[in-house]
Amino acid sequence: MDIIRLIEDFHNAQPLALLWGLGGILALLVLGSLVAAMLTATRPSKDYRELRQRMSSWWVMVLLLAAALLAGWQATLALFAVVSFIALREFLSLAPTRREDRLIILGCYLTIPVSYAFVAADIYGIYLVIIPVYAFLILPWLMAVIGQTKGYLSSVALFHWGLMTCVYNIGYAAFLMRTPADQAPAGAAGLVFFLLVATEFNDVAQYVWGKLFGRHKIIPKVSPNKTWEGFLGGWASTAALIWFVGPLFLPLGGIGLATLAVVLPVAGFAGDVTMSAIKRDIGVKDTSHLIPGHGGILDRIDSLTFTAPLYFHLLAWFSLAKF
Amino acid sequence: MTWIRWLLLLLIVRPIARFLTGADVSGREHLPLKGPAIVAANHNSHMDTLLLLSIFPSRAVMRVRPAAASDYFLRDPVIGWVSRHLIGIVPIARGKAGSGEDVLAPAREALAAGDIIVVFPEGTRGDASDEMAALKSGVARLAEAFPDAPVTPVWIQGAGRVLPKGEVIPVPLNCAVLIGPPVRWEGKRAEFMDGLRTALLSLKAEAPPLRWS
Repeated sequence: MDIIRLIEDFHNAQPLALLWGLGGILALLVLGSLVAAMLTATRPSKDYRELRQRMSSWWVMVLLLAAALLAGWQATLALFAVVSFIALREFLSLAPTRREDRLIILGCYLTIPVSYAFVAADIYGIYLVIIPVYAFLILPWLMAVIGQTKGYLSSVALFHWGLMTCVYNIGYAAFLMRTPADQAPAGAAGLVFFLLVATEFNDVAQYVWGKLFGRHKIIPKVSPNKTWEGFLGGWASTAALIWFVGPLFLPLGGIGLATLAVVLPVAGFAGDVTMSAIKRDIGVKDTSHLIPGHGGILDRIDSLTFTAPLYFHLLAWFSLAKF
Repeated sequence: MTWIRWLLLLLIVRPIARFLTGADVSGREHLPLKGPAIVAANHNSHMDTLLLLSIFPSRAVMRVRPAAASDYFLRDPVIGWVSRHLIGIVPIARGKAGSGEDVLAPAREALAAGDIIVVFPEGTRGDASDEMAALKSGVARLAEAFPDAPVTPVWIQGAGRVLPKGEVIPVPLNCAVLIGPPVRWEGKRAEFMDGLRTALLSLKAEAPPLRWS
């Protein structure tokens, strides 16, 4: 009966809100899969293959994240380190690079174990500067030593952009897991869970509002499918989600919660549009085919690269004593 | 021995190839799963072979045999052992082509045994500049000998950045692997080679841009 005891202990150790939240997401997935299956069965004339692929991919992503969050900070850190690596590999593969910089590219990957090591060691002060200051200085210096000056500055900027978005900003999501359990109502995992939910909810809400009511293009040169209606509808929906559901997971209320509710949806939109501009410049629609129905991992986490640091900093400013 | 090769391919070669290349495959449904079949790909790097071995499902991978130059891969006993027993190469004696000796005999034997032969019709690795060299016609002679075997064109984009010719340290970067519908043997070598060349170039046109200067 040790196994049952073990499961009970594990269950009791998890915050109730997190378990209910994960349960709710699973219920949504079941619902989505049922809808996809029903559409396929009732309207055989239309092709719902992409919808079904999208749903299967959501299942894989949610189950991976849920397992990591329940397993603790080590597993979550490992998962985000892998996400950083795959995202950075996608970015560096699409970006224009120079033959001479092959080993610099290797150096860029090396920042992933270094940066995440400071998350593992729980040394916030060094994490904060290791990429934005030190990788920022060391890589250009090494590139100068290699000596190819043609296209030097744009290559430096490109590597730095990749490191900041894919490694440093995503790393904040992992660092949230180091929040002491008594500083958040649903523990550290609850903070990360709600960051991911709010960010993805915002993506989906903008898409749905845009599909239903979209008339006026918001930024046609970069994202022709994005509309004011989608942006504003998604903004209001996500702000409502943060305001009403947020208190279950966040140690925030009043002005702090209101600030997060207002700015997080804008950051998600900004991340999406910024990555779209990069993809448009490079001339691709998706960053890879890694996630069937979604594109590459960078297509999926584009909003998160903007929302993760903002969410972290607002929490740190308004509440978390540790940071 | 064969199951050791199978385990090594699935547990070592495949994870390494995925880590280094991302193996971004499109057109997977065109991949032949049983022999005799021929897979014809462009060639810029040793990664090409590992990458192609890594994209076959586990039930088919034992059948996959890359054709490789015996003068290069079999001159060193250690590399030769790995090439023969782990990678499973079919040796091609490039230097003896045209001497009257049948350099394609091992490849024909493998096809007759029901293997999937991987050939690089450019003959050698290019310089990663994304250009396709002139194709050698050995693949047409194999197709002529096995007219029912599908010849599947594969364009690999970017392997020359992961591990260019002459470099030792691989750098992880995504490679797109585009697999097209098979080219069939219709009876004439020149037409067959034109068809293969066109198929490869049209796959190349669909590949994401390679910004490498």
